[in-house]
Amino acid sequence: MYGLFLRHFYLITRSFPRVLDLVYWPTIQITLWGFISNFFATHTTYYNNAVGVILTCAILYDFLFRTSIGFNMLFLEEIWSRNFTNLFIAPMKIGEILTSLVATALIRALIGLIPAVLLTSPLFGISILDLGIFLFFLFLSLYLFGITLGILVSAGLLRYGPSFENIAWSTMFLLAPFGCIYYPIEILPEVFQKIAYLLPLVYIFEEARNILINQTVDMQNIYYAFLWNGVYFVLSIVLFYYSFNVAKNKGTLINMGE
Amino acid sequence: MKNLVEVKNIKKNYGKNEAVKGISFNIKEDEILGLLGPNGSGKTTTIGMLLGLLKPTSGEILINGQKLEGNRIEILEQINFISPYIELPKKLTVKQNLTVYGKLYKINNINERIEFLSEKLRLGRLLNNITGELSSGQKNRVSLAKALINEPKVLLLDEPTASLDPEVGDFVRSFLEDYKKEKKISILLASHNMNEVTRLCKSILMMKDGIIIDKGNPEELINKHGRKNLEEVFLKLSRSKNELN
Repeated sequence: MYGLFLRHFYLITRSFPRVLDLVYWPTIQITLWGFISNFFATHTTYYNNAVGVILTCAILYDFLFRTSIGFNMLFLEEIWSRNFTNLFIAPMKIGEILTSLVATALIRALIGLIPAVLLTSPLFGISILDLGIFLFFLFLSLYLFGITLGILVSAGLLRYGPSFENIAWSTMFLLAPFGCIYYPIEILPEVFQKIAYLLPLVYIFEEARNILINQTVDMQNIYYAFLWNGVYFVLSIVLFYYSFNVAKNKGTLINMGE
Repeated sequence: MKNLVEVKNIKKNYGKNEAVKGISFNIKEDEILGLLGPNGSGKTTTIGMLLGLLKPTSGEILINGQKLEGNRIEILEQINFISPYIELPKKLTVKQNLTVYGKLYKINNINERIEFLSEKLRLGRLLNNITGELSSGQKNRVSLAKALINEPKVLLLDEPTASLDPEVGDFVRSFLEDYKKEKKISILLASHNMNEVTRLCKSILMMKDGIIIDKGNPEELINKHGRKNLEEVFLKLSRSKNELN
């Protein structure tokens, strides 16, 4: 019994990502639900005239979640099936690997999104299409951020190996409190607001609420969402190439074990 | 015969640990070079560097006259690898797996190539089977088919017959001998099966602690060390202090 405990204890203490994983799940859950509760306690009439705003934001967030996790899953599948080395000795440029994963992640996310969109109308009398043409920009922006997160996590997997896997599952939850998915940015403490404004998510969800509640479009929100997306996307690509080179030096590509 | 693989004084350090300490060797076309050594001697690191998965700390690798550094993609089109430690996706059928790798290696007539390999490797009836449901011997032959999908000029084999029964092991060895003779390819064979190495290799490198401690053909090494067979030579060299580089 003690031996089994030791087996897992040694594993956890030898891996920073595993320690981090233990700490931040409770922290993130408490933070996110704390802000949501706080918002509903102080703004009981905010959503009165826009039934479905929460559901629309939930669908948008799920699209982001599916895109990001979908990208990570494609990468993790190769590690789990022990096919990773085969893939990296095939004559493919890093850019080609990334492009194929990005395209496949989009198809996976759309397969999940379409039934959700179709179900909201008969079940709840709500159509996400109420967002009009700007829905396309919001989805495109979420897709870009989703694959950016996917590339960042994959870079971590290359750099640190499979122990980084837990981070892959939780990046979205880590960002959720700052993304202002279900509440306006004003509900966050000032320090958190400063962080939130550095993410494209806050502009996307603020704009979705703005269109649905106020029936107006603020192009500045869409512009800032794309601007930050561009910055993070370029950074993620640079980091992926860097991690690939580090992995070639450290030998991670041929030792994808624990 | 020209050298298809030229390894010039490659070193690999992981921090302060020197895994490979400056080794040089060549592999000619139509040659199988055996790479022997105890665990931790630097064999896998050497193979990793030849595959471009590891960057040498110093030294140079040339494949078919081209430097690996800076020409990774062109060189990967000409080489392939098989190891019991890597597998093909288990949920895909054999044909789907071979098609995927045919596409990744940009093979023009994939179906013809799969047909040719399935005939040579007795895979015909397995093509529509799920890869994960195959026996070890069948999986090994599928991995071999994947490794030959691009008609490699250089084939790197890490324990290619480990965990196979004697019949399948013999089939794989005979296949490799015939294929090498027919296609004039270079093969690097890392193995702990001394009978296999004696049968397949005309020349052998013995590695220990990151250096080449001896080399020659099996018979020469057996005579030189006054032993009965290659296994005894291996044991003697593994237990002795490094003799030469």
